[in-house]
Amino acid sequence: MIFAIFAPLLLAFIIPLLSKWKYKVHTGWLILPIPFAIFLYFLQYVGADFQPQMVSVDWIPSLDIALSFHLDGLSLLFALLISGIGTLVVLYSIYYLNHKEQLGHFYTYLYIFMTAMLGVVLSDNVFGLYAFWEFTSISSFLLIGYWHHRERSRYGALKSMLITVFGGFSLLAGIILLSIVTGTTSIQGMVEQSDTIVNSEYFPFILIFLLLGAFTKSAQFPFHIWLPDAMEAPTPVSAYLHSATMVKAGIYLMARFSPILAGEPYVFIALSLFGLVTLTWGSYMAVRQTDLKGILAFSTISQLGMIMAMLGFGTKVALFAAVFHILNHATFKGSLFMIAGIVDHETGSRDIRKLGGLFTFMPISATLAIFGTFSMAGVPLPFLNGFYSKEMFFQASLDNTASGAIAETLVTIIPVLAVVGSIFTFIYSMYLFFNTFTGKSQVEELPKHPHEAPKMMLVPPFILVLGVLVIGLFPTIFNESLITHAADAVYGGEANKEIYFWHGLIPAFYMSIAVVVIGAIMYLTKSKWSGVYQVLPGRLSMNRVYDWMVEKSETASQRITNTYMTGSLRQYMVLLLTAITVIVAGVLIKTSGINFDMAETASITATEVIVTLLIASAAIATIFARNRIAIILIVGVVGYGLAILFVLYRAPDLALTQLIVETVTVTLFMLCFYHLPNLKKDTSSWFTKSTNIIISVAFGLLMMVIGISAYNSRSFDTIAQYFIDNTYKLGGGDNMVNVILVDFRGIDTLFEVAVLFGAALAIIGMIKLRRNKGAN
Amino acid sequence: MEIILTVLASILFSTGIYNLLQKQLLRIIVGTVLISHGAHLFLLTMSQVKRGAPPLLVDDVSSYTDPLPQALILTAIVISFGVTSFLLVLAYRTYTLNKTDNMEEMRGSDYD
Repeated sequence: MIFAIFAPLLLAFIIPLLSKWKYKVHTGWLILPIPFAIFLYFLQYVGADFQPQMVSVDWIPSLDIALSFHLDGLSLLFALLISGIGTLVVLYSIYYLNHKEQLGHFYTYLYIFMTAMLGVVLSDNVFGLYAFWEFTSISSFLLIGYWHHRERSRYGALKSMLITVFGGFSLLAGIILLSIVTGTTSIQGMVEQSDTIVNSEYFPFILIFLLLGAFTKSAQFPFHIWLPDAMEAPTPVSAYLHSATMVKAGIYLMARFSPILAGEPYVFIALSLFGLVTLTWGSYMAVRQTDLKGILAFSTISQLGMIMAMLGFGTKVALFAAVFHILNHATFKGSLFMIAGIVDHETGSRDIRKLGGLFTFMPISATLAIFGTFSMAGVPLPFLNGFYSKEMFFQASLDNTASGAIAETLVTIIPVLAVVGSIFTFIYSMYLFFNTFTGKSQVEELPKHPHEAPKMMLVPPFILVLGVLVIGLFPTIFNESLITHAADAVYGGEANKEIYFWHGLIPAFYMSIAVVVIGAIMYLTKSKWSGVYQVLPGRLSMNRVYDWMVEKSETASQRITNTYMTGSLRQYMVLLLTAITVIVAGVLIKTSGINFDMAETASITATEVIVTLLIASAAIATIFARNRIAIILIVGVVGYGLAILFVLYRAPDLALTQLIVETVTVTLFMLCFYHLPNLKKDTSSWFTKSTNIIISVAFGLLMMVIGISAYNSRSFDTIAQYFIDNTYKLGGGDNMVNVILVDFRGIDTLFEVAVLFGAALAIIGMIKLRRNKGAN
Repeated sequence: MEIILTVLASILFSTGIYNLLQKQLLRIIVGTVLISHGAHLFLLTMSQVKRGAPPLLVDDVSSYTDPLPQALILTAIVISFGVTSFLLVLAYRTYTLNKTDNMEEMRGSDYD
């Protein structure tokens, strides 16, 4: 199973190499077998006697983070969708993207996504889930921005990234709280402790964080705004990430935690309310769109809202319907996206105002679209799977019971919102089909002369439509082998088990009929009432809020950056040194690290004091020197004085090195000084001068305190004795300092030589550069 | 004596930083030289000075000074030499190109 999850990622590493031959063989063909093999792998688990599986490999044991994968009914359903639709999408993309595109990039991103998404739905460890979750956001960002030369693509990519990563962070906060409360990082372990979680004082925060994560990822109102802009991605990506799989990650998260959350009144209120508002608003807005993919994007938003609401209801029927609809939505919406892509590909336009009458040009696509749109609309026909889940949704919307004022009001509103949302769903489904494929054709308006797509391009949507019909005709087969297991996993026990076409004359059936009748009337009279969009949303838009926030944060951060990134080296130094001094001094005082003790020090002799005074006065004199030669010589005094100190302190090697280095340095200074201007009087303001003095004195004092304290507080025994004992034994030399440098710390010295070599090269380079310039 | 050495090191740090905060390139280089001197001395004071023989193995001597700070300082001296000479040539190049050694006049930003 682990190999199945990581196979696409491994393949992603070699896709750039494969794409070298893209002119001979389309890269898609080479990598098509992988998702199909994964699909077959997961297919073997499907069956009435399915039992959950668990595989685990340690990753970071110290943090209790493992790559553990739990395959239960819900995960299996998602894994099949990811690999199955993944296969179809890759097949479809072979015809959608031609050789000229950067196929290597496209398939690399797509396969990274495949692993990430499989990881999300199979991870049992919450931190593993989070890591894969963020990978889906990143690959989605890359895929939306695939045509990065387009401004809209970059805008859409950034928007989806900002919103979903914001949600990702709050998900992380939520799972950290969860793991603190339960003391485990395993989701199954958390489910067992659901009472602990629900009764903990952090529960409100956990709930809010998890909801934010789920709502941003699954494009729930008001975070839905990123999904329409994500339609800038190539259509295979829209069909795959932004309708069938990634946007359902939020749904998956809520379903996964459903055994813990279900039954909590606030969960019911939050999920049902946001879900239904999203359902209604999404379908309402879809009717207004003119771009085919725009309609489908808002339709996806609204369908996701419907599933979210059903998870909120939390009843057996509702949860079963939610899981069932995840499958149904993937089939009909995936096929519709592909057909929208075909229309775009073969006519050159996705603008529904220019399209029309395409039935005669593209009969097969149009036939496939009939099934897709009618299933989406929930037309009560026994071979459309959309109707089954839609009817269960109506049934579930009537079954809610709740206590408390808000919840009771909500219970009465739910059926109303459900019907209103479904009416608009019906309208945009009809709008999508009839305005594209029937009516007056305007061939001359289109950039290309329309014709039917290549046969192989029609295969993926055909298979999905076949899925619509087969699920519609034989729901029981899918139910027993797959959906029941998934619903059980969500419910945490035995869920509903039966799917019927005909329930009898129950209220849900009347609701379906009402939707069809009112929807049909409203579709036919659309031009009469479409003025309503001038009033609502009118100029109201969450996009404006988002744009305003992005713009403001950009200008604000620019303003903050400009205050300290002034380009003045001195100001940077002032900031850095002040920060160091304040922080270190603060820590020293806080931890009472200051330690002053004269007992352990060596004796003081006159020679040392004289040399010390000499160095100190020379160092201070550098500040007052007004002459280039003077300052160079004074620095020399400091260096030679130090060499004398080294002699006094029994460091012969240091003294020798210091003497040589100092001589060379002074010589270098002398060589350069001729080319540099003389020192000028410090003309800076009194304020600058005093800041400089304060900072330098403060830093000096700090170093003094640190030095004395460090000398007096020896936390560890010295390791000097080791070197004294082993210099001859291991290094074969008498001079300990030399043996340490070339033997014990040989690699250090090697790097040191490398640094010197680099400096020498740079110096030569700079001097040569002058000569060339001089020649000009 | 170690206390006096620490004070000396801190004087070197202070004067070095004061020079570093000036505008002229030459002073800035002098500042870095002084700071590295201070750092070397600082390291030296960490060992107990003047106790034991120089770290050269000789028969009949059992007490040596701590060789480790000396090895570290030796590395540091060489590296700071490299840095100083690089800075010097850089200063020289900068001056010949820009005709100024004033850091404030050289500052520029992307928005100019």
